Amino acid sequence: MRTTPTAPRPAVRRLAFGIGTIALLATLAACNREQRRFRESPPSTSPSAVRVSALQPGTVQDTAHAPGPYDDVAYHVSEGQRLFGWYNCAGCHANGGGGMGPPLMDEKWIYGSAPEQIFNTIVQGRPNGMPSFAGKIPTPQVWELVAYVRSLSAQNSTGARSARSDHMMMYPGSGSLQDATTPVKSFHPPAAEMP
Amino acid sequence: MMLVDGLRGALNQSALEPAGPQAATVAHLWWFAFIVASAVYLATMGALWWAARRARRREERGEVLDEALAEPRMTRGVTWATAATIVILLVFLVTDLSVGRTLSPVPSKRPLTIEVTGHQWWWEVAYADTSPHGRFTTANEIHVPTGRPVLFVLNSQDVIHSIWVPNLAGKKDLIPGYTQSWWFQADTAGLYRGQCAEFCGLQHAKMAFQVVAESPDRFARWVSLQQQPAMSSTDSTASRGREVFLTGPCAMCHSIEGTSAGSHAGPDLTHLASRRTIAAGTLPNTRGALAGWIVDPQRIKPGANMPPNQLEPKDLDALLTYLQSLK
Repeated sequence: MRTTPTAPRPAVRRLAFGIGTIALLATLAACNREQRRFRESPPSTSPSAVRVSALQPGTVQDTAHAPGPYDDVAYHVSEGQRLFGWYNCAGCHANGGGGMGPPLMDEKWIYGSAPEQIFNTIVQGRPNGMPSFAGKIPTPQVWELVAYVRSLSAQNSTGARSARSDHMMMYPGSGSLQDATTPVKSFHPPAAEMP
Repeated sequence: MMLVDGLRGALNQSALEPAGPQAATVAHLWWFAFIVASAVYLATMGALWWAARRARRREERGEVLDEALAEPRMTRGVTWATAATIVILLVFLVTDLSVGRTLSPVPSKRPLTIEVTGHQWWWEVAYADTSPHGRFTTANEIHVPTGRPVLFVLNSQDVIHSIWVPNLAGKKDLIPGYTQSWWFQADTAGLYRGQCAEFCGLQHAKMAFQVVAESPDRFARWVSLQQQPAMSSTDSTASRGREVFLTGPCAMCHSIEGTSAGSHAGPDLTHLASRRTIAAGTLPNTRGALAGWIVDPQRIKPGANMPPNQLEPKDLDALLTYLQSLK
């Protein structure tokens, strides 16, 4: 039995058009990850009175956070990775695994893992070892470091994360950080979280 | 003045004005290839013109081409052309190989050794010495003595670069994680421009350097100056500038021998004021250019690893005075 060739066309065409539109939109959305912003001066954050751990008395206060300016731009994340080495963050934090300093591969941190909290940690320094980089690292570079450090625990968008990191991985066997997801449980026994 | 006169007109970048035996051999090869290729071109065009003219003449005279005669003629012509092509290509091959063989071995005379490391987008230049205190590092300016072979140990910090000083030698790639060697000898004193010859990212075009070929005496004087730590100025503005440098962002990447600044991420600035250019041959080393570079390098070289620095005008002024005192 022969089918008329004209019958399925509108449906096929509509489907093709739909797929095309979705593909185009997906492509446009991906544009942002490669945008390189060389000459802007993002604002520095003001010291916030956020209490994110139970180390100090009182209840935990942690409200909504604005995203960092470079969180979803692959270029700036990779710049942050370069600076992480240049400024010897690895000296204490060992490419995210932690050494003298706490590990950065999970998102549960003493002083908060939101962009402005990390910014303040870098700029102000923290007790027991974290030096203050105020006046030492220009503001745009601090934000790049923030974006990279957050990418270690997969807190920024997948498209902006480095796909070729040779460093430690979130889960054993995950080929790259691209495959890493936000951990559902901590690897460390609870005692290890206290410095 | 004499030096300036001597250097004028020499600041060029041409493989056809060789200033040493390496570049001379390359230039000879170029001229040889040019002359042979021109002869082949002229011969081909001449034969074409001659054939066209003869065919026109025949047509005018009303002659009819004899098929039996034309076939062997054609075979003969094609055979000759093929034979000539093979011979010329063989000559090129032999010449090329012999040039390669002449240039590759480092001459047996004890050469001067310089380590060049490629960075995005500048050149780190370290002079090896038998004693640790004799070793020093500079950037984007290679001083060499005339009449002595110079051996280069090439490395790269990030991506593949290629070093090229047309007046002195051919190109050599700088490959990350793989040490290459390269050498040349400068016979004529002068200032020669070099350039990265392998696309290496955004500012590849602004990754230049200068080779200063000078008499052995002059070179020895330059070396003894470079081996000194940075001068400590007694001027109060310069001292203030030194403080700005050491407490501000500069010390995060740059080093100045004799101070606590010891980071090797950016170029060594111990004798910055003695160099002719800044930002890898991009700008002349003047106070104004230096100020523009420090405050807004991303306008001059977008994508370069030097961040913009917002400094108080007074601090910037002091910093410039200090940097210009680093002779």
